[in-house]
Amino acid sequence: MTEFFPPLDFSDTFWAPWATQKDFAWNAQIVGMGIMVSLSCGLIGSFIVARKLALMGDAISHGILPGLAIAFITTQSNALFPMFIGACGAGLLCSFCIEWLHKKTPLKMDAALGLTFTSFFALGVLLITQMGNNTHIDPECLLYGEIGFTPLAESIYWGSVEIGSRPLLSIGLVTLVIILTITVFYKQLMVTSFDQTLSVSLGLSVRTIHYGLMLVLAITIVASFESVGVILVIAMLIFPSTTASFFFTRMPAILLCSFPLSIFYSFGGFFLARWLDCSIAGSMVVVAMVCFGIAWLLGTENGILTNLFFRKRTILDHSN
Amino acid sequence: MEAAQVNDEVNLISKTYRFFSFADYSVQVVVLGVIFMGMGCGLMGGFVVTRKLSLFGDTLSHAVLPGVAVGFLWSQSKNSISIIVGAMIAGFLGVFLISLLKKTTKVSLDSALGLVLSGFYALGICLLTRIQKMEFGNQSGIDRYLFGQITGLSNQDVWAMGISCILIVLITTIFYKELLVTGFDQGFARSIGLPVDLIQYFLWMLLAFSVITSLQVVGVLLVSALLIIPAATASIITQKMRSLLLWSALLGMVAGVIGSYLSFLGSQLPTGPLIALTSTLLFILVLFLHPENGLLFKGLRLRGKERKIALENTLKAVYQELEWNKFSRDTVRLGNLAKRRRISMPEMYQEAIHLVNKDFAFLLPVKDKTLPSENTLSLSPTGWSEACRIVRNHRLWELYLTNEVQYAADHVHEDAEKIEHVLGDETVRKIERILSNPRTDPHGKLIPSQQDIEQGYIDKMIAKNLP
Repeated sequence: MTEFFPPLDFSDTFWAPWATQKDFAWNAQIVGMGIMVSLSCGLIGSFIVARKLALMGDAISHGILPGLAIAFITTQSNALFPMFIGACGAGLLCSFCIEWLHKKTPLKMDAALGLTFTSFFALGVLLITQMGNNTHIDPECLLYGEIGFTPLAESIYWGSVEIGSRPLLSIGLVTLVIILTITVFYKQLMVTSFDQTLSVSLGLSVRTIHYGLMLVLAITIVASFESVGVILVIAMLIFPSTTASFFFTRMPAILLCSFPLSIFYSFGGFFLARWLDCSIAGSMVVVAMVCFGIAWLLGTENGILTNLFFRKRTILDHSN
Repeated sequence: MEAAQVNDEVNLISKTYRFFSFADYSVQVVVLGVIFMGMGCGLMGGFVVTRKLSLFGDTLSHAVLPGVAVGFLWSQSKNSISIIVGAMIAGFLGVFLISLLKKTTKVSLDSALGLVLSGFYALGICLLTRIQKMEFGNQSGIDRYLFGQITGLSNQDVWAMGISCILIVLITTIFYKELLVTGFDQGFARSIGLPVDLIQYFLWMLLAFSVITSLQVVGVLLVSALLIIPAATASIITQKMRSLLLWSALLGMVAGVIGSYLSFLGSQLPTGPLIALTSTLLFILVLFLHPENGLLFKGLRLRGKERKIALENTLKAVYQELEWNKFSRDTVRLGNLAKRRRISMPEMYQEAIHLVNKDFAFLLPVKDKTLPSENTLSLSPTGWSEACRIVRNHRLWELYLTNEVQYAADHVHEDAEKIEHVLGDETVRKIERILSNPRTDPHGKLIPSQQDIEQGYIDKMIAKNLP
């Protein structure tokens, strides 16, 4: 066991990554990538969780895999745009299939969902293994990502000025798009998430907003799959808002919580991974899990300790 | 080029022969393994899918990953026993956390599943990447737990699969009744004194067994395909639990054998995805082609019914048109019929042809082809009695609703519009008896009597007095 937990070298873990300018630039890109992935996922995830679509997020993130593979095979590159088209196509097809199976066959929602995404995922894995050994896209990388490779990706130049590496720029753009979308369509998103009858009577198309949200989700997954992998995207979709919901019940507060939480996840995950020499993306989720545990224990809303000591028991509670 | 092709073909045949003759020891191991796995997963899947908990299996299969890693770390080798024990513990911890989250917090079930799934999986990834950096980590591709690799299947693994499969079969047969009752009616199960929660945990334990033993073949990520897809396919074939379980197990085995055969054909073909895709293909085949519940045959039957209803509606329109002329003529113009049926002229012409083909009517074409709406139609004796029957059903039902069920007269039409096509002779006679052979419906229109149908026309005296 001592071999598993190496002694914590304080300066090597916390100070060395930032000591020289070169190290600083390198590691800042990794942490920045982590922050932006968890921020964009956390923001969009707040709405996904509120709509009880957490597993739909799971399904879509698995379902886009064949789209990514086909885009990669046809263009022979992992440029953002074709990947994005492939992923959106596959993601939408996946959610159509789920809805069709649910409506036209006796299958229940959970079976329709599980059946569709496992099939899509299997097809994706099969396609990827047939592409041969490619350093850019291999199944393991897609599944748990390698955020540490972010600084290695090619840089994008504006004229002759280097403005950053490609994954960092694309996730930055996506984060901006998400923040803008949420500010502009905040009311619509809220109404359709919490009161479908009201939104229908206001003339809002629930379907359009649902598919819009799925589209934004697909964009987010495409921009982050390289660094955290499709499965850890699900974690970042669910953890921030459920953690925040132990302290806040209002949506704006939960959304704002995503900012400090994503910064904490990224730094925490980075240091943990540096200490144990393991997957950075995985460590970020482990940190998120620890945060969730602490919130569950100490949270003012339904936290375990609060419930034990402070909750006034009412008749309603007993009847439940 | 041609020679290469021939060579390929020979290769394919010889490989097929090698696979299905089961002469090879490695093939025997693989086939035995996938049969055990398909059976165990199929049976468990049947229980899970009917409980609407398909995604529980998915969560469980991800949640065992840290257990696999810790088990590996404990024994520092690819020892099946410690890995299985570790995976069991992790799986249980995951299930326990989900139920705890559901009991103590407001987190919804799907979020709880997602939290445990992704959190445990990430922990597993961390542990695995850590292990790979350690000295003993490289000795075996522990990666295969992610995607599965059937060629590495050892004797010991197949034993473990066989034992877990036999356990599952035995336990589900012995406790079939208990599992059935708790699955469909928890309140009833509690009321007859069954320990519902205990049985639920028991089921998760069995599920964990089948998930863990299948990990090496299909990998963490596709075990849920094996759990869900055969059971979903079976649920389309049958609604009876016992045959659902049998079908599910059978489909699981078939998919396993075909999938592993396909992956045997190439050198780079992964087994897990192929088995999953084979079961998806079986699902699609059943979904469309199953003789009773397949969408294709269902659609055909539905179209047959729709055509029958359309035909009957046209006959009714002919009757109404005749009635509108107070039965003074025995022909009707197609143009008027089309207006009455609210369909286009070409569609109306098609309908008329159908009527003629069924010997319900005669078409009297006009000489001027530019005026298709001037074609006239007259009913044959069978057509007349059929038309009368539909109109009679409709109007009797309307009268029944107003007189006996106290509907308002302006609310009965819609209902009668549907029921007129399905009322049987016996019901009609019963209604007639209840209403004592009425002649007018709530809107004052004539209800054709049995006599009218038999004699083939409406009496002149009655027709004259029609409103």
